[in-house]
Amino acid sequence: MTRKKTDYLWIGVFAVLVTFAVPWFLWRDATTWQGLPVWLWWHIGWMGLASVAFALFARGVWDRGMNVDPEEVGFDG
Amino acid sequence: MASPQLPVQLGIVGGYLVVALAVGLLAYRLTGRDAEDYYLASRSIGTVVLLFTTFATLLSAFTFFGGPNLAYGAGPEWILVMGLMDGILFAILWYLIGYRQWLIGKVQGYVTLGEMLGDRFGSRRLRALVAGVSLFWLFPYVMLQQMGAGEAIVGLTNGAIPYWVGAAGITLFIIVYVVAAGLRGVAWTDTIQGLFMLGIVWIAVGWVLSSAGGLDVVSSSVAETTPEFLALGGGLYSPQWMIAQAVTIAFGVTMFPQINQRFFVAKDVRVLKRSFALWPVLVVLLFVPAFLLGTWAAGLGIAVPEGSNVIPVLLNEYTPAWFAALVVAGAMAAMMSSSDSMLLSGSSYFTRDLYRPFVNADASERREDLIARVGVAVFATLAFLASLFNPPSLFVIGDTAFGGFAQLAPPVIVALYWPGTTRSGMLAAIIGSQLFYMVTTFTPAAGDTATVWGVVVPGVMESFAGWSSSVVGMLVGLTLVVGVSVLTDAAVAEQPSVMQGPADD
Repeated sequence: MTRKKTDYLWIGVFAVLVTFAVPWFLWRDATTWQGLPVWLWWHIGWMGLASVAFALFARGVWDRGMNVDPEEVGFDG
Repeated sequence: MASPQLPVQLGIVGGYLVVALAVGLLAYRLTGRDAEDYYLASRSIGTVVLLFTTFATLLSAFTFFGGPNLAYGAGPEWILVMGLMDGILFAILWYLIGYRQWLIGKVQGYVTLGEMLGDRFGSRRLRALVAGVSLFWLFPYVMLQQMGAGEAIVGLTNGAIPYWVGAAGITLFIIVYVVAAGLRGVAWTDTIQGLFMLGIVWIAVGWVLSSAGGLDVVSSSVAETTPEFLALGGGLYSPQWMIAQAVTIAFGVTMFPQINQRFFVAKDVRVLKRSFALWPVLVVLLFVPAFLLGTWAAGLGIAVPEGSNVIPVLLNEYTPAWFAALVVAGAMAAMMSSSDSMLLSGSSYFTRDLYRPFVNADASERREDLIARVGVAVFATLAFLASLFNPPSLFVIGDTAFGGFAQLAPPVIVALYWPGTTRSGMLAAIIGSQLFYMVTTFTPAAGDTATVWGVVVPGVMESFAGWSSSVVGMLVGLTLVVGVSVLTDAAVAEQPSVMQGPADD
């Protein structure tokens, strides 16, 4: 993938993470599972997913758009 | 609460103070006599400490008092607001604003936000404006923390220690501690406290569940007593309200001096990356249990007396008295730790952005260091004195501070990334959005009037089709910074290269 495509992909991922942090499709839903509302389980799972996505972002494309070459300035260590 | 608990409670509070003092003294021995070390611990903070100091500073008292009270009264949906706000939006801003500021700060040696913007736009006025606006919103917020801690002592001792003695004692302790320890000491105690809070909230969940008969029993009593709490949304929770709260607080938090300054302190880029990925996990670990406790209290039919907090009442019912006292003392310590961070950063805004540029530009490092520490003492004492009078106006300002700080975020983000931003654009956006927010927030609701010093003030609308004035104000600021920058030329003294980061050096 080109760098540009990767950028758009990540913007898309962040947009989805923000949009469904609240499970709007479960609005007014009161179903429970294992004693807790299903929307709460969604929240727990979504935060886990966000954490994984953020970790991948930090590993791969962290400096895109920052106009920095970390190796050149030696801030990485 | 009965008096047999009193020695336990005082012992726990005393124990915390001793630990904090020990940490403070240790930090004092390691702290140099210059501003960068006093305010930023020489940009040497690691992942765990950065994560917990930001967290403890941010939401400590709210986690145990305000938050569970909200869940008790209106249902646990605030967990989702926290997830969106703190787990996702704040993490992204941590990268967009925080990482960028860290890069720029590392190269240019900035200590405050105002310093960075003032330098970039070649404007002392802009620097002072950012510091002035920040101190305006910060001062009453510090006052609220001190009041909270003072009132917690009154509650803890059942009135044996009057408010002014408790609050004065806490103020004095914080002054001594912050003046000596600087950011290093503050960050270390925050970390100890953050880990303590995280541990204790899970112990509380386990204890309450086992005393009340297990998760199934608790869950079915919630379904019986407050079935509305299980359904997502409803009542207080409308989509606009949840989104507006999350957006306002997430952006507001990044501009709170004590949080914004933490963007400068990371040791290296790995610290920022790890913290970034860990935010959502920490949010789940801390807020899900804390807010469920409030929800369960409602389901279990716990009656909370007027003016009390639900968590201590719930714990007194289901756990031994010493454990409830431990949590209350921990929450009080939490308010103190928020206060100390705010004092430190408030003092840095004062010395770096107001005293140095306008009063004594040639101050030596030694002198600035002294002024910084005196500034902490003055700021804390004034906040304590203000809390004695408890003026309603200050209460309102402190209560709406998140929205006030959020107004700073759009112009700052634009300035960080768009070289075409001009000084006029920044001034227009900051002044314009602050005015918009203050007028809509501090005037009475539309249709009403209020009389201030004999002048009749007409009401101005506070919400716009269900959206709060803080969110609308941020859009006003964004429009102003972009629009005015397009229409005006850069002043001669401006240096867009400051924001380009290290690669251009």
